[in-house]
Amino acid sequence: MKRFAQALVFGAMAGLASAGSATENRDLPGNGPAAYKENGRYYTEDGVPAYFIAEDGTVDWATFSGFRRYHAECHVCHGPDGMGSTYAPPLKDAVERMDYYDFVYTVSNGIQNVSASHQTVMPTFGQNKNVMCYIDDIYVYLKARGDGVLERGRPAKKEAKPDAITAFENECMAGG
Amino acid sequence: MKKLFAFTSTVALCAGTAALANDELIGLMNDPTQWVIQTGNYANHRYSGLDKINRENVGDLQVAWTFSTGVLRGHEGSPLVIGDTMYVHTPFPNIVYALDLNNDGRIKWKYEPKQDASVIPVMCCDTVNRGVAYANNTIFLHQADTTVVALNAETGEVKWTAVNGDPSIGETNTATVLPVGDKVIVGISGGEFGVRGHVTAYNMETGERVWRGYSMGPDSDTLIDPENTTHLGKPVGPDSGTNTWEGDQWKIGGGTTWGWYSYDPELNLVYYGSGNPSTWNPSQRPGDNRWSMTIFARDADTGMAKWLYQMTPHDEWDFDGVNEMVLTEQEVDGQMRKLLTHFDRNGLGYTLDRETGELLVAEKYDPAVNWTTGVDMDPNSPTYGRPAVVPEYSTAQNGEDVNSTGICPAALGSKDQQPSAFSPRTNLFYVPTNHVCMDYEPFRVSYTAGQPYVGATLSMYPAPDSHGGMGNFIAWDGVKGEIKWSIPEQFSVWSGALATAGDVVFYGTLEGYLKAIDAETGEELYRFKTPSGIIGNVMSYEHDGQQYIGILSGVGGWAGIGLAAGLTNPNDGLGAVGGYAALSDYTALGGQLTVFKLPD
Ligand code: HEC
Repeated sequence: MKRFAQALVFGAMAGLASAGSATENRDLPGNGPAAYKENGRYYTEDGVPAYFIAEDGTVDWATFSGFRRYHAECHVCHGPDGMGSTYAPPLKDAVERMDYYDFVYTVSNGIQNVSASHQTVMPTFGQNKNVMCYIDDIYVYLKARGDGVLERGRPAKKEAKPDAITAFENECMAGG
Repeated sequence: MKKLFAFTSTVALCAGTAALANDELIGLMNDPTQWVIQTGNYANHRYSGLDKINRENVGDLQVAWTFSTGVLRGHEGSPLVIGDTMYVHTPFPNIVYALDLNNDGRIKWKYEPKQDASVIPVMCCDTVNRGVAYANNTIFLHQADTTVVALNAETGEVKWTAVNGDPSIGETNTATVLPVGDKVIVGISGGEFGVRGHVTAYNMETGERVWRGYSMGPDSDTLIDPENTTHLGKPVGPDSGTNTWEGDQWKIGGGTTWGWYSYDPELNLVYYGSGNPSTWNPSQRPGDNRWSMTIFARDADTGMAKWLYQMTPHDEWDFDGVNEMVLTEQEVDGQMRKLLTHFDRNGLGYTLDRETGELLVAEKYDPAVNWTTGVDMDPNSPTYGRPAVVPEYSTAQNGEDVNSTGICPAALGSKDQQPSAFSPRTNLFYVPTNHVCMDYEPFRVSYTAGQPYVGATLSMYPAPDSHGGMGNFIAWDGVKGEIKWSIPEQFSVWSGALATAGDVVFYGTLEGYLKAIDAETGEELYRFKTPSGIIGNVMSYEHDGQQYIGILSGVGGWAGIGLAAGLTNPNDGLGAVGGYAALSDYTALGGQLTVFKLPD
């Protein structure tokens, strides 16, 4: 029960950013899903976190951060670049099927369906700050991979780290 | 005659004293018709004295029989054969089958532990298990959830259980155990969860804990004697397990102990290596982080450390020191010496004097290795025994949030746990290796008990400017520190090798081939494609006058995770598509034992 509550707090944090005030660039160039930028992050029209890749291939900070966090926290089961492994399914495809909210829910709560012929478990990350403070980053990274706009490997060029994201990160990692 | 021997010693063992248990086990190890320990013998030779299958006839090998384990995860380790019974284990849920070799492998008994599935997600990188051990008419299984179980070898009945660790803080098990005297010696996994590694001895008859030595901590925890335990010939001094750590970081210091142990009955010393310090971000743990990445020699009865050698002080690349310790007697500079040879993840092949811990050889066993220019071999130098780190490839010197590129080997190591073989006929080691390099970027992480504690992002790719494959299978001269020959492989070789008195060497590949090669030349003599990729170890036994070769298939483990989708090389430039061979184009999940023999 406590775990679940924790997960919800984190989930809410992810959504909270859009309640902030520093909205910019209402008319973003390019034809990705990003509609606006707020507190250093990009969002779709519906307020769901989105990646932003400029014409010269520069990725937004969150997408780059997602690449890093994915490869630190998820890679050991889901394989490099969201491609899947002999152990767990490809997440670049999962985010095309499931929406942002289901994604956050799954990562917070895990999946356990162990039977005689199936012995894999998706962990519960709701209490893990190394994951939950970066869940939007991981999501937009995987979405960019799934949409086919980001190649495998490390993004070559990235935006500078926005102060608003640094502030959010510090608060999230420090908070309980 | 040999069977008779096995039978009588089983009877004798009901007496159950230490000396008898050792004598029985050593007797069985010396009997080539049986395969009584995962590593072939206490010296970890993975050598079979059988020669009915030899380099002249191995080309005629055919499948004798097969067995499905019913589990579709990575299958490491191998079956054992004791008398007329074969013991086959599986990955989680860690089933053990006793198969009757007199009755076409009919199942004599099956043991399936009930384990909490919550252990699965804390087992980094698949739910492998490297097999059971045997002594004293008992099968020893160390389950994923760290329960050690003693099973009656005849009936499968549980004699005792002992709980070795706590999965809720990330302590799990993947390794086999080592029966020595009246004890079973067991390790622990969980280096990616901030576990503090330890090695523990349990009483073989009762399961009672006898001693435990930690990899780091106060001397009373590490069982290190400041005056008598030596590092490169010198006493280590007080508090060596805490004084190279900042603050309390040693409490979550890693140094786990999941490799292949060996034992010298004359010296009564057990040898094993400790794993990476936690986290993978070196900036979060300044200092040498002793005794992670260390070869340990401990007294089997008391656990006291006799000598230590830290191979990779202050690890910056995840080069766990757990790989097998192989014991040989060979001539060095005209003198017979008791040697220990070890192929480390860091790409160096070490040979030490196993009585004293003196360092004799430290040479690269893959020419691609670039993070170090070599080890200081001058006993008078202040950096004696330390590898000289190349600044360009130092993830610590480059610092947090910097991507260090082109480091060879990758975190998988030039070799992971997949054990090598040694043939006393050729005096060569046969070593399955990885030929993979990486980019590595460390960053800050916070510790939560039971959650991964990694703190680095890495991408891996085949060694550049080489044959394009991700592995090699090499023959190594441990005294000279030289590669004799090297066979390029498309994928990492993740299968334990077997050398035989027939001068044939066997190994498996990730595509699923069992291969037989000439022990002298490396020439391929036979291959057969089994149903799934091989990360298990080849074994051999004799039954009714026929020699058999056995291997588990079932792709997975680290290899299955890293290589399933294939690798890309970031150095190929922006937007390079494609990448290298994907394992998923060659093989799929499986869980099968395949047994080979010559035609009748
Ligand atoms: C210990 C291994 C492990 C780790 C680490 C892990 N996962 Fe998983 N994950 C799994 C497994 C196994 C499944 C499939 C579970 C099932 O369906 O039975 C899964 C499923 C998922 C799914 C559902 C996929 C679908 O197709 O429905 C999502 C989303 C997911 N994981 C996200 C993540 C993210 C994000 C991370 C890193 C923060 C992560 N996982 C880390 C093992 C892992």
